[in-house]
Amino acid sequence: MSFRPIATTRAATGAPTGRLAVWWLIASEIVIFGGLLASYLMHRLGHEEWANYAIHTNTMAGAFNTFVLLTSSLSAVLAHNAAEMGDGPKAAKYLVATICGGGVFLVIKTFEWSNEIIHGYTITANSFWSFYYTAAGIHGCHVIAGMIIMGFVAVDANRNKELHRVELCGIYWHFVDLVWIFLFPLLYIAK
Amino acid sequence: MSHPATDAEGHGHGHEGHDDHHHDPSFWEHYIFSTDHKMIAKQYLLTGMAMAVIGGFLVYCFRMQLAFPGMHVPFYGVVSPMEYNALVTNHGTIMIFWVAMPVLIAAFGNFCIPLMIGCDDMVFPRLNRLSYQVFLLSAIVIVASFFVPNGGFGGAWTAYPPLSGNAEYSLTPLGGSMWVLAVALEFAAFLIGGINFVTTAMNSRAPGMKWHDVPMIVWMICIASILFMASVGPLIAGAIMLLFDQQLGTGFFDPRVGGDPILWQHLFWFFGHPEVYVVLLPATGMVAEVMPVFARKKLFAYKTILYTAVGTGVLSFFVWAHHQFISGIDPRMANVFTVTTVLISIPIAEMMFLYIATLYGGSIRLTTPMLWGLAFVAEFLIGGVTGIYLGASGADIYFHDTYFVLAHFHYTFFPIAFIGTFTGLTYWYPKMFGRMMNPTLGKIHFWGTIIPYNCIFIPLFVLGAAGQHRRIYNYNHFPELSTPDMQALRIVATVSLLVLIAFQFLFLWNFFYSMWFGKKAPKNPWRATTLEWTTESPPPHGNWPDGLPTVYRGAYEYGVPGRDEDYWPQNEPN
Amino acid sequence: MIEFYIEQASTYAHEIDNVINVIGVITTFWWALTTAVFFYFIWRFRYREGVPSQYVTGKEKHLKRWVNIPHYLIILCDMVVIVAAVRVWYMVKQDLPTSDDMRTVRIIGQQWAWSFEHPGPDGKLGGPDDLAAIEDNIYTVDELHTTVDTLYHYKLEARDVMHSFSVPVFRLKQDALPGRVITGWWQATKTGEWDIQCAEMCGIGHGIMAARIFVETPEEHEVWMQAQAALAKK
Repeated sequence: MSFRPIATTRAATGAPTGRLAVWWLIASEIVIFGGLLASYLMHRLGHEEWANYAIHTNTMAGAFNTFVLLTSSLSAVLAHNAAEMGDGPKAAKYLVATICGGGVFLVIKTFEWSNEIIHGYTITANSFWSFYYTAAGIHGCHVIAGMIIMGFVAVDANRNKELHRVELCGIYWHFVDLVWIFLFPLLYIAK
Repeated sequence: MSHPATDAEGHGHGHEGHDDHHHDPSFWEHYIFSTDHKMIAKQYLLTGMAMAVIGGFLVYCFRMQLAFPGMHVPFYGVVSPMEYNALVTNHGTIMIFWVAMPVLIAAFGNFCIPLMIGCDDMVFPRLNRLSYQVFLLSAIVIVASFFVPNGGFGGAWTAYPPLSGNAEYSLTPLGGSMWVLAVALEFAAFLIGGINFVTTAMNSRAPGMKWHDVPMIVWMICIASILFMASVGPLIAGAIMLLFDQQLGTGFFDPRVGGDPILWQHLFWFFGHPEVYVVLLPATGMVAEVMPVFARKKLFAYKTILYTAVGTGVLSFFVWAHHQFISGIDPRMANVFTVTTVLISIPIAEMMFLYIATLYGGSIRLTTPMLWGLAFVAEFLIGGVTGIYLGASGADIYFHDTYFVLAHFHYTFFPIAFIGTFTGLTYWYPKMFGRMMNPTLGKIHFWGTIIPYNCIFIPLFVLGAAGQHRRIYNYNHFPELSTPDMQALRIVATVSLLVLIAFQFLFLWNFFYSMWFGKKAPKNPWRATTLEWTTESPPPHGNWPDGLPTVYRGAYEYGVPGRDEDYWPQNEPN
Repeated sequence: MIEFYIEQASTYAHEIDNVINVIGVITTFWWALTTAVFFYFIWRFRYREGVPSQYVTGKEKHLKRWVNIPHYLIILCDMVVIVAAVRVWYMVKQDLPTSDDMRTVRIIGQQWAWSFEHPGPDGKLGGPDDLAAIEDNIYTVDELHTTVDTLYHYKLEARDVMHSFSVPVFRLKQDALPGRVITGWWQATKTGEWDIQCAEMCGIGHGIMAARIFVETPEEHEVWMQAQAALAKK
């Protein structure tokens, strides 16, 4: 039952409905990650010994992943540009590049985590590692969700359909990137 | 006759944008997998009502245990200490998350918002359907949790760790995690739904409807959704952390492993306090709709009411630790929260005064919806003032964890979840189901609810003042609490509950019988001004098949001098 | 209001009751006034044949006054409540009085009993830095023995989950957290024997975590201590 009500096409605020909705989504996500990171910070400030545990995070992997995500945000911007100009297939290609960026991120994380787990730094090792895996894990789930949604949007965009959704993916992906920009110093650099 | 609407691209149309679905929808498409906001509203309503029956059954069981300890409770059996804890925990959890929220926000929000702002559906109908499906799943999970080995979670709806984080303490390895999972799914459902409500209300208003022409209930549900979205995040993080503590052995909240139980408290109450306003504001919205109609009076100081709602919402983020005064937080912090908590009474009191002022100069008819709306104000006033005792830290030292707290929040939650619901249901029933409910049964149900309700909770205030603490399955172990006088009060409360429950069967009868056999409802049985009353009862698919309305004035133009009728609908040009 | 239901047996019990009474007077006044006006309006402005409703927007100054003035008065009342409450809170929870003849007790909550460590005849509880004083300490389960008119400090602990030490006649309540020792105080003003409650959900035995506090004269307390010592020797 594919159905777009008139309601969806109205824009009493001036902003298109989809964009408005994604911003509300981002707002609620900010509070989720905000709560998690605030909890982490409160704990970290109260537990000086966490610096000793944090030494064992793989800063190189974290830094490389930051670069990967930033690059994929660039390709998301290029996808949006292409969509604005009405070039659906090109937007789809850039979206696929973004998805690949997410994929590389996850692969690196897999190697990173496997290495840490083998060395005994599991989620139950101590509170620092509990937070580390939980925060990065929730972020990772958002990366995966973004990749899946971008896949669907790319398929449509390739057929020049629903091009306005490319921008919405971009907004979401920038947010996922931004969360990582906060996670990286908190988990990897603060040692 | 309303003008055809124009959409953002400026096309005039009646059917543009709809798929040409001229075949009759199948049973599955129409009832089960509908994307129509009105059907989804009814799905939420019926699910919420079913969960209210379950929540009511739970309180029946444990109140029977309290009045007649050790007795075999009809339809249940003997209540063990472990079962008692699970009963009280799940009664609270279910009533808040699976009754108050779905009925007040999702059912009425879904039904009323598109109709009252003059559009044909929510902006994302399929997302709307998804939100209900996630919600239904969450309801199934919480009910299923009663039937797993060791039964449902029994650590109180506040789920303080380490008790909740560790099965060796809570003795409910599966129930505890299912409880967390159910709550998390419910949160997800309402986040998804909230995006729909807010985006629709902001963007899809009828042409000519300015922000101060929007009916108050639409505002209230939007503010409530925003409050929810802004406050639930930390608790979602906390719920994941609790689940990991329970299942993976992490120690976020376990001091033995370097965790902190107080962290959970902050995460929980940072959400928990705004949450009560998330459910309060829609309930006050019901009252704001019903009072003007049945007093034939414009809402008094619409903009000020709105500011008090927004002010309450904002302030609600700064009061949370009044739930934690004696929990081991730094005592100096308590003073800050006393100030903010006592001050939050101000916008809410003002809102109540403004509702009362709406009655001034009116021509009041005590129809069933009006009785419920008025009862909300009278009962909530009691709830509100008794909150001051608890928000004042010095007094809370005594009242914390007593039945005084319980009576206070039932004088707020019961008006919110039940009186508010009955206000809205009796008012919009004709529009929802195309039939009128029986008014005589409605009034008998009203008195049969309100009188026993007060007879339940006034004794509980007394018991709380006398020091009775919460979540105790049998007071026989406490000599000062097991006097004959105190036990008599417990029995009065329980018997009153039985009477209250009995009268709800009358409502259920009226509700279902009228759906098929009630008098057919006209478009506008209450002679009200808002847009939903300009279309058929019930509205057809697309709400206004002949063109969406345009709006020319505010939502409460009653008693306008110099006109023939004492109401001036929003969509009439002159 | 509370004193009508249960005794005041500590120095700060009447202070807490007074705050409650101040709040009681203020809230009852505003509740009664508002409810009376409310019901009056319902009666006064009931539907009558031929009497139309008035068109009132809420901007009318002479009407808004009736909302604004109570609004400001309530703010004033709120100030009174805040000052009264903060004053008592400071006295009970922030301030920790000391005296020369004060005593300290250790209170431990666990699933599902209260245990208490009393100072022995030497009057000192002792600790890791005063092991000698510990030797004559008296340990009990579910019974706390204290003397009247003596300042007591309590050191509250929890062994497993959260509990809460509550003595209604003292108007004393404090949550116990595992991994922490929380200090508080009381001074009893009359002798007697009363309930101790656990005021935080702690599992299936939460309802049986009852204990008793005994407030004794110094002579009675001495007798009790000797009896405990005799038992210990056996």
